[in-house]
Amino acid sequence: MGSLYLDHNATTPVEPRVVAAMMPWFERAGNAASLHELGRRGREAVETARDQVAALLGAAPPEIVFTASGTEANNAVVQTVADTHSDGHLVISAFEHPSILAAAARLEERGFAVSRVAPEPSGRVMPEAVAAQLRRDTRLVCLMLANNEIGSVQPVAEVAALAQARGARVLCDAVQAVGKIPFTVGELGVDYLTIGAHKFYGPLGAAALWIGRGVEFSPLLVGGSHERHRRAGTLNVPAIVGFGAAAALVDEELAAWSDHMLEVRDRFEAGLASIGETRVHAAAVPRLPNTSNVAFLGVDAEALMVRLDLRGFAVSTGSACSSGVVEMSETMKALGVDENEAVASLRISFGKDSTGAGVEALLTALREEVAALRELGAEGASV
Amino acid sequence: MSGRVAVAMSGGVDSSVVAWLLSREDPSVIGLSMLLWDRSQENTHGRCCGALDLGDARRVAQQCGIAHYTLKMADDFRRYVVDPFVDDYLAGRTPVPCTRCNTFIKFDLFLERARAFGVDTIATGHYARIVAGAEGWELHQARTIDKDQSYYLFELTQAQLAASRFPLGDMDKERVRELAREAELLVAEKAESMELCFVAGGIKDFVEAQAGAAPERFAVPVTAASSLVDSGGTELGRGEPYYRYTVGQRRGLGLTAPSPLYVLAIEPEENRVVVGGAEELRLPGLIGERLHWIGRPPVGPIEATVRIRSRHPGVCSLVTPLAEDGLVRVEFATAQRGVAPGQAAVFYDGTRVLGGCWIQQATPA
Repeated sequence: MGSLYLDHNATTPVEPRVVAAMMPWFERAGNAASLHELGRRGREAVETARDQVAALLGAAPPEIVFTASGTEANNAVVQTVADTHSDGHLVISAFEHPSILAAAARLEERGFAVSRVAPEPSGRVMPEAVAAQLRRDTRLVCLMLANNEIGSVQPVAEVAALAQARGARVLCDAVQAVGKIPFTVGELGVDYLTIGAHKFYGPLGAAALWIGRGVEFSPLLVGGSHERHRRAGTLNVPAIVGFGAAAALVDEELAAWSDHMLEVRDRFEAGLASIGETRVHAAAVPRLPNTSNVAFLGVDAEALMVRLDLRGFAVSTGSACSSGVVEMSETMKALGVDENEAVASLRISFGKDSTGAGVEALLTALREEVAALRELGAEGASV
Repeated sequence: MSGRVAVAMSGGVDSSVVAWLLSREDPSVIGLSMLLWDRSQENTHGRCCGALDLGDARRVAQQCGIAHYTLKMADDFRRYVVDPFVDDYLAGRTPVPCTRCNTFIKFDLFLERARAFGVDTIATGHYARIVAGAEGWELHQARTIDKDQSYYLFELTQAQLAASRFPLGDMDKERVRELAREAELLVAEKAESMELCFVAGGIKDFVEAQAGAAPERFAVPVTAASSLVDSGGTELGRGEPYYRYTVGQRRGLGLTAPSPLYVLAIEPEENRVVVGGAEELRLPGLIGERLHWIGRPPVGPIEATVRIRSRHPGVCSLVTPLAEDGLVRVEFATAQRGVAPGQAAVFYDGTRVLGGCWIQQATPA
C-alpha cells in the first residue's frame, strides 16, 4: 500500500524513527515554559530540536521560530510589512503558495501595491523579470524555492541579491524543497525562510520561520514570551521534537533520498511513452527530483485521479473542470498553460520509499485508465 | 465498462440509507455528492446542498466504508434550475425546480460526470420504483404513496431509467429511519428537508433578490404594486408585485369580500392579478407543452389519471397529443382547482407514470 502513496508534495508519512523520538513527549507532562523539572526537560527537548533544524538550514538556533504551519510563518512575514510600514510595495511570484498570495492580496486591500511576476512557461521565474518590478519603496520580495505543483526550482539566490540591492527584504518559502534538494540560508542569501516538518517525514503541526539576524519581525500571535516574543503560544513539544528528528534525518540522508527519488521519477517518466500524448511540466528547468506533473492530453485529470484512487493510488490534480468551467490552479494560470492541458494535468510526487514496482503498477493503471477515458471522450465527441 | 455503482449522496437520511444498503452488497460502490448551490456563507443545516450536508455525506460514506467525492456543479445548477425558476416567477408561472433538477442535473449531467469515474449506474434516495416491463423500463409510484416522488421524475428517459436504481421505492419512511438507526448512521435522526434546497427564506424574497442581483440576466421585475382585478377587469385593490402571487392562492390577498377570493391568473405584462371565487378557480382542462412519454408514445388520445401538482390526488382525464410538436390537451372528467401554468401535469395509469407535460395554460371554463 505504501508504494501506492504518490502524493508526497501534499504530505509525507511520518518516519518510524521520528515517531519513536516523539512518543515519550506525548506521555510526559511539562510545559516547556514552566520552571520545574518537567518543564525544563521539555524546554531542553525543544532546544535540541531547534539546534537540529538550524543545522539543517545552516543557520544559528536563535534565528529559528517554531510555528504551527508554513502558512502561519508565511502570513507572519507578509503581515510584518504592514506592521512596520504604512505603505509600500511587494513583489511576489504569481505561483507562490496561497498563504502568500492571499496575505499579499490582503495588504493590497489596505493600500499596499503588489506586483505579481509570472514565471516563464518553462516553470522558472526570471530574475530580470523580478528586477524589472523592483521599486524604491519595495518592502518585500517573495519567491518560493521550489513550486509545489510542478516542482520547478527557482533562482532564489539571484533574486535575493537583486532585491536586497534595492533595499527590499526577501522571503523564501522553502517548504517543498526540504528533503528533496540541498540548500542553506547562507547560499540563498534571503531574509526570511519557511519550512514545514510534514513535507519531509516529520509530523503535522510543526513548522519554522527562519529570520535573518537584525531583520525586523512583528509577531502574528502575541500573549506570551515564547520563542523570544516572536510567537506566543504553548510549544507543541512532541511535534517540535519530531520536527527536529526529521531535520536530522534529512541532514544525514538527503543525498541518498534524492538519488533514489530521481531514479524512480526518471523510470516513471520514461514509461510515459507507452501511454502516449503526454507532456511533463517544467521538464526543461531544474526540478525537484520527486515531482512529475504530467498532462495526459484529452483526459480529465480529475476523473483520472478518482479512477486511480479507486485502485489504491494517491495522486493529485491542480486544476479541475467543474460545470464545464475550468477551475485552474494559480500555478497553471501563472504558467499560461492552456485550459485543456491544465485540466489534463496530474501531479505525481514520489517519496524516499517509493519503489520501481510501485512505478510499474502506476504505469499499468495509468495506461488502462487513460485509454478508458480517451475512449469515453471519443464517444462523447461523436454523439 | 466496469459497471460501478455510484450513490448520489445529499447528506440526508434517505440517500445515506441507500449508500449503506448498497455498500453491504457491493463494497466497490462509491458515494458522489453534488455541490449545487454554494451557501458556505450561510451555514444552514438540513438542506440538500449546504456545505454541512456535504460534510455529513462524506462522513456517512466513511461509515459505510466507501469512497466519496464531491462534484462541483453550481454553475450547471444555476443555469438549468435556479435561473429558470426565477424566470418562471417573473413570467407569472409557478415552477417545479425539483423536476428540472432531476431532468437536467441528477439524471443527466451528474450521470455523465459519474461515467468518467467508471460508473454506469446511479442509485438515489428517491421514493419511486423502476420496473422492467414488457416494453421497456417503467416508472412507478413508491409503495408508500405519501412519500411518493414519481411526480418529479416524469421526464426521465428509457436510458436514464436503465442506468438508475431507487432502492427506497418499496420502503416506508419508518423503515428507512429504522435502518439508519440500526446502522448507527450519524444522520439517523436528521430532520427532513421540506423546502427548496436553494432557498433559505421566502421564495418570493429569493426571486426578488436574484433578479435584483443580476438585472442583466432577467427581464427587470416590476416592483410596482400590482392591480388586483376581478375576471371582468374591475380593479378591486392594489397588491404586491405580481410575481409574489401564485395561482390558487387564497391567503394574503388583503381584499374583503363576502366569499373567499382566490388568485385565478397572473398577467405580468399588465402587472395584474386576476382574482375570483372558488367556482371560477375550477377549470375543465389544460394545454401542456414539452410533452414527454417514458415509454412508447400512444397513438391518439388516451385516458389517464393526471396530477397537476405534486400533492394533487389526480383526476381522470382524456389526454390528446396535438399536431403541433410537444403540445397536448388534457380534459378533466371533473373541473379542477388551481391549474397553474409552469407546474407539471403528470399522467398515470394506476401506479405507473406514463409521462407528462408542463402546463402552458388552463382551458377556460
